[in-house]
Amino acid sequence: MSLQRFILKRVLSVIPILFGVSVITFGLFHLTPGDPVSQLVALNPDVSPADEARLRERWGLSGPVWEQYLTWITNVMVGDFGQELRTGRDVSAIVWRRLPETIALGVFGWVFALVIAIPTGIYAAVNKDRLGDTVSRFIALSGISIPNFWLGLMLILIFSMYLGLFPVLAPSRLPLYHPDMLWYLILPGVTIGTAAAASIMRVMRTSMTEELNKEYVTAARAKGLPERTVILKHVLRNSLISVVTLAATLTAGIVAGSVVVEVVFNWPGLGREFIAAIDSREINIVMAITLFTGFFVILANLVADILYAALDPRIRYD
Amino acid sequence: MTDQRQTHSDRGRIRITGFDSDRVTEREPLSDWTDGTSGETVGRWRRGLQRFKRNWSAMGALAIVVLMSLIAFFARPIEVYGFLIQPFALAPYDPTTIIYFTEDPSVGIYDPPSREYPMGIDGSGRDLFSRILVGGRYSISIGFIVVGLTASFGLIYGAISGYYGGNVDELMMRIVDTIFAFPGLILALIIVAILGGGYWQLVLAFSLFGWAGYGRLVRGEVLQIKENEYVLAAKALGARDRSVVFRHIAPNAMPPLIVLASLNIGSVVIGVAALGFLGLGMDPSTAEWGTMLDETRETLIQGPGGQIPWWATVYPGAAIFTFVMSMNLIGDGINDALDAQQTGVGRGGDD
Repeated sequence: MSLQRFILKRVLSVIPILFGVSVITFGLFHLTPGDPVSQLVALNPDVSPADEARLRERWGLSGPVWEQYLTWITNVMVGDFGQELRTGRDVSAIVWRRLPETIALGVFGWVFALVIAIPTGIYAAVNKDRLGDTVSRFIALSGISIPNFWLGLMLILIFSMYLGLFPVLAPSRLPLYHPDMLWYLILPGVTIGTAAAASIMRVMRTSMTEELNKEYVTAARAKGLPERTVILKHVLRNSLISVVTLAATLTAGIVAGSVVVEVVFNWPGLGREFIAAIDSREINIVMAITLFTGFFVILANLVADILYAALDPRIRYD
Repeated sequence: MTDQRQTHSDRGRIRITGFDSDRVTEREPLSDWTDGTSGETVGRWRRGLQRFKRNWSAMGALAIVVLMSLIAFFARPIEVYGFLIQPFALAPYDPTTIIYFTEDPSVGIYDPPSREYPMGIDGSGRDLFSRILVGGRYSISIGFIVVGLTASFGLIYGAISGYYGGNVDELMMRIVDTIFAFPGLILALIIVAILGGGYWQLVLAFSLFGWAGYGRLVRGEVLQIKENEYVLAAKALGARDRSVVFRHIAPNAMPPLIVLASLNIGSVVIGVAALGFLGLGMDPSTAEWGTMLDETRETLIQGPGGQIPWWATVYPGAAIFTFVMSMNLIGDGINDALDAQQTGVGRGGDD
């Protein structure tokens, strides 16, 4: 099968998963006791049963579940996620406003992870079983084991409180593209990228040690190439393929991490909005962000798979 | 190998010559073969155990995990429906005791660590040391229960999917793919948000979708294992599907499952703590590590009297980190020990 056909097939295979994702999102909120209206009514005892029925009608919550699902999914498909229950603001507008903040955080985390992990991974593989390798493996395992919210708190404690190097909260919020914002981005970005950095480092080390034992490495060395060229030009390229296979999982991890890290650093992104919406029972926002997360992770998986197929010409799909 | 022994005259006996260990005089000097090792074959599990015992970091981590679990269990007496099932108390105070009310009026909130209160006092005037000791009860036990439930279900799910294949497999794996589209923490957050916090709610939140990873892993293993001849032999002898799957296939899919499970205990513990930290886990006053961090989060930036009570943040997080790190070291150790690619018992092995 050619690469084009593989890509086409892979893109089509996303459709049933997207359907499943929407069913899970909908089902979680609608097959459990207490739909949005009854939750709203519970908060506000003055609502009469007639008002309640009218609310249900308006939000498409009357009728059988499958009908509710259809109403909801058709609205979602045209980009209408409904309104914030208390203020009547448009949910998709809220999501779009918060999204750049989270993307900035995630991209910084990814860049940080790659910048840290790839050199350390190479170093560990080249110095396998020596002291430097043991130390960096231990650090990588710590990076996986450390809870990100605690890491964030510790970074605040050390770098902001005791050393005074980084500001914690922007006193008056600057626009995201302002250069000063980079300074505020560093601590949360490092926090969110640490787990990914640790995973990439471990994978780099394993795949690189495997590659180093292959014959093309001996051939390159026998040719008289300097060790630097052998490692950076020949081995590194092939080892990076295994990082690509990990990319989708790590992206999902960064998305989940952003929820916690944004709360720690009071970062005004989607994650903090999500927690705030859960606290105030804003079901439309929670559903929109959940669905959005699902779509995003599926997209990341798709990109990783296609990239993998494009990078490794030996792989045949059928 | 020149002077072949006279073949026995027993008819019908199959005799293989040339491989008789008595007769081999020369051997590749680099091979580890000795006469002593020729007789017994060591099972995968026995060999794995031997290898694991030699891995000092994994053994140390195992000791820490056992110790932390025992401390959590014996920290305060446990009563179940009025029956005292565990009378010991390692922790000096009850985790809910407010020291300045009942014990010592001179103790204030956020008193720094002292000889009497080795980890200081928390924001409500409770002894932090006692709370840390008790705090492991929730996260650790939830971690083991969730992993037990999800790994068992994932094993059955993956075995069925891989064994039957075809449309059944296709459908079952689409379901797994769908679950994989959501980060586990997000799903757990939503479930806890719907059901409310609490011990069994947390177990459900992490179990309901947590099995998908095991399902996919086991299915992949089963696809390989079912091609083996012993599976064909079992079928030819008339074994039913259920017995083929659970007696012949599933046991061979266990090693990777165990590795994944041991690594997942740590992530469930972090997840439980994260929900606690977000204020969605246990009841707010519970002495659970994540919940404790939530209580003192604000004080980090602005502590009482301009002083930062670092102990209230450092110790609960350090407890989570120590446990998860040890669990991951064990997982890595099991992974190395059960790795079927490797033979031998490890460096300098003499058995």
